[in-house]
Parts: sequence; C-alpha cells; structure tokens
Amino acid sequence: MRVNLTINGHPRGDEIEPRLLLVHYLRDVAGLTGTHVGCETTLCGACTVLLDGKAVKSCTVLAAQADGASVTTVEGLAKDGGLHPIQEGFWEEHGLQCGYCTPGMMMAAVDLLSRTTNPSEDEIRHALEGNLCRCTGYQHIIKAVQYAAEKMRAAAGR
Amino acid sequence: MFPGQFEYHRATSIKDALDLLKQFGDDAKLLGGGHSLIPMMKLRLAQPAHLIDVTKIAELCAIGESNGKIAIGAAATHDTVANSSLVRAKLGLLAEAAAAIGDVQVRNRGTIGGSLTHADPAADYPAAALALEAEIRLDHEGGSRTVKAADFFLDLMTTAVQPGELLTQVSCAPIPSGTGYAYLKHPHPASGFAMVGAAAIVTLDRNGKFATVRVAVTGLGPKAFRANAVEAALAGKAADAATITAAAAKSADGIDALADIHASADYRAELARVYVRRAIQAAVARAKA
Repeated sequence: MRVNLTINGHPRGDEIEPRLLLVHYLRDVAGLTGTHVGCETTLCGACTVLLDGKAVKSCTVLAAQADGASVTTVEGLAKDGGLHPIQEGFWEEHGLQCGYCTPGMMMAAVDLLSRTTNPSEDEIRHALEGNLCRCTGYQHIIKAVQYAAEKMRAAAGR
Repeated sequence: MFPGQFEYHRATSIKDALDLLKQFGDDAKLLGGGHSLIPMMKLRLAQPAHLIDVTKIAELCAIGESNGKIAIGAAATHDTVANSSLVRAKLGLLAEAAAAIGDVQVRNRGTIGGSLTHADPAADYPAAALALEAEIRLDHEGGSRTVKAADFFLDLMTTAVQPGELLTQVSCAPIPSGTGYAYLKHPHPASGFAMVGAAAIVTLDRNGKFATVRVAVTGLGPKAFRANAVEAALAGKAADAATITAAAAKSADGIDALADIHASADYRAELARVYVRRAIQAAVARAKA
C-alpha cells in the first residue's frame, strides 16, 4: 500500500507493507535512525516521535496509520544549525549517559512543553512516565527539561 | 517484533466501517489507537487478515452535548477525553480515569471505544463507565442499539458487542453539582495498568448521610463490576470514616479475584478494600467541599 506523510517538514510517499511499524518505516525506509527501537512493547519510550504534534511510541503505530500525518523525529528538532532548547538542555545539564533513551525523552519533553510553558518538577516527572532511562536516575533529565522550559519562555518573552 | 500480514482499510464513515465489517466478517478486526491490538498482533496472539481503521471517521472523534447527555465518540483518545473542557466540567470522573491511563504516549493514541471493547480486566475506563452508568451505543447495518455499562462487560475481555457491530459512542448524564467523585488506582509500576482501581460517586443529604452512592471496581476480577455490597452498606448511613471502612471491607465479597505473577488474589482483594475506602473518602470530601 502507499503512504504519504510529512517527516520533519519534508513530504514523502512510499510503497509499504501494511504491517510495517512506524519506527521501522522511519529508520529503514526514511533512513532516520535517531528514533531508537527499545523494548518493542510500548513501555520504554525510546521510539517516541511526534505524530501531528503529539508524542507517540512509534513501535506501536503502523506506518499506515500515519498516512496523511505530520511526523517529527529527533532529527527535526534542530533548526538552521542551532540546537533546539531541549537538546541544549540535555547538553548543558548532562541529561544523558549512554544516550539510548535520549531521543525519546526529548520528544516526550517537547510534547509537554507544547502543553505547558512552566511545568513543575512533578509535571515533568509525570510527563516522562512513559520513558525509561537506565543510566541517569532521571535527575539530570528533569533539569534538562527545566532548562529548556526556561529558555523557551525567555525566547517567547514570558 | 512485527505483526503477521494483513490488509489495512481506512474507513471513511460509520457505514463504510460496517460495510467492511460485513464484507470481511471474522477475518477482520476494528482498529482504534491500536495500543492493545498491535501488541497482541506483534505477539501473534491476534492475526486478523484485515484491519479496519475507524479513527479517521470524524463523527467518532467528536465530544458534545445532546439531549441532556455528554456524548463521546468512540475514537476520542484518552488524552482528548482527559483534557476536554466539557468532560472535565461535567464528567470529571471520566476525565480523571482517562488521565490515569498508561502514560502520555499511550493516552495520545488509545481510544475510549477501543479500551471498552477490549475489556482488559485491568483497564481504567470500565470502572468509571460503570459508576457513571454510561450508555454504550453499538451500530450495526441498518440501525443501532444502546447497552448499559452494567450489561456491557460480560467476562474476561468479553463484551456485549456482537459480530457486525461497531461501538460508536459512549454517553453519560452529567454529574450534578454537589456530587463528589474520585477514581483512584494502584498502578502496576511498569505498565501503569490498574492492579486495582476504584471509582466512587456520592451525594450526601443535609444531615451528611449518603443519599446516592455508586462504587465500581476494576482489576480485581475477570471484569470490572459495581460493588453492590459496599453501596448497600453505605446507603442512608452517616458518611464517617468507620462506616466507610466497614463498607469498603465488602469490596471483594463474592468476587473470584485474579491471581498472576504480579499479585496474589488475597493481595488484590486487600488492594480493593483499601482503594475503595480511599475513593469513597475522596468523593465524600469533594461532596462536602
């Protein structure tokens, strides 16, 4: 079957098998390997991308379901050679060690920051419940999100 | 892990979905957000030859008010239900249950119709639907019927939905002002599913006694249920801690509690007694506020 969608602002269309999962479509067909395959059981969040602006676990979405949608992957965060505030936050606050969970963490954080500009620590922890990190103990990830929130508020003049 | 082969069909209307259901019969499964079905297909526990995606049917995504009821389209996601200003204002219990499901990524995909028809014994929505006395609309070729939540859940992952039927809408009477409600659960630490979840709706009379009380429990038995013994023990009684604790002690009476790797039957029964007590206490506190 044919799917047509927009990935990181670029429209594309491909012939796919209906059973192809979105995460494999992104990695193997579109060549965007920043989205990671983790548990494959909708638990770990490593495969999180934005589907029409909302964080989803792409191991549990069929590429066919994304037909007509707009997908944002971690590769779509940086603009004009500059890091997205969430990427900068992970850099500045040491939000990663091995980095495996990082793309998913960042996409879940971007969903949160699209809903609220000044999340509390509890709200950040709640919003990242669907993403597992086995290195950091989460503390620095929380700080990274707080960094990004502050930076985005400053940029928006709030 | 990936599913077996199937054909994907995107239904454009309720009629289109029903036509596809008729055409493919038992070889077809309806696809909502897919957050129960796709994992089952990856494990090859389900291998439908045809998937009928109903999530792009505009009618099924709407939330509105009609004939004095709040009507929620079957394809409304948990996130949409949890954040709908109408649901939050008039069906707060349902919004609370929706917000308690899984994690944000799951809530962004999973749908109320999918969750109800899947009827996982540990799902959150069934307890809220039972406590709210929700009405569930099932469409079939040439008509529709309405099933009360109390008659909808039949057994473990088994509902009143018949072959050829599509769950299209869940409707509930708005929760009147002065009513207290709460949905509380003990989530499984990994999956977020309810080890046990309890929904309570109460109103108090001018003397602080229970005027109405509805309590429903999920996660304990093979299907969610109304805790009739608890309700009977509270009716007309003073809403004090001792009365509530004594009533909540009946939460697991007559229920064949589930036992699995996560929790024994005894532990689940104790969780039910504790969470029913807490849910009633929280609902009473809100009714007084």
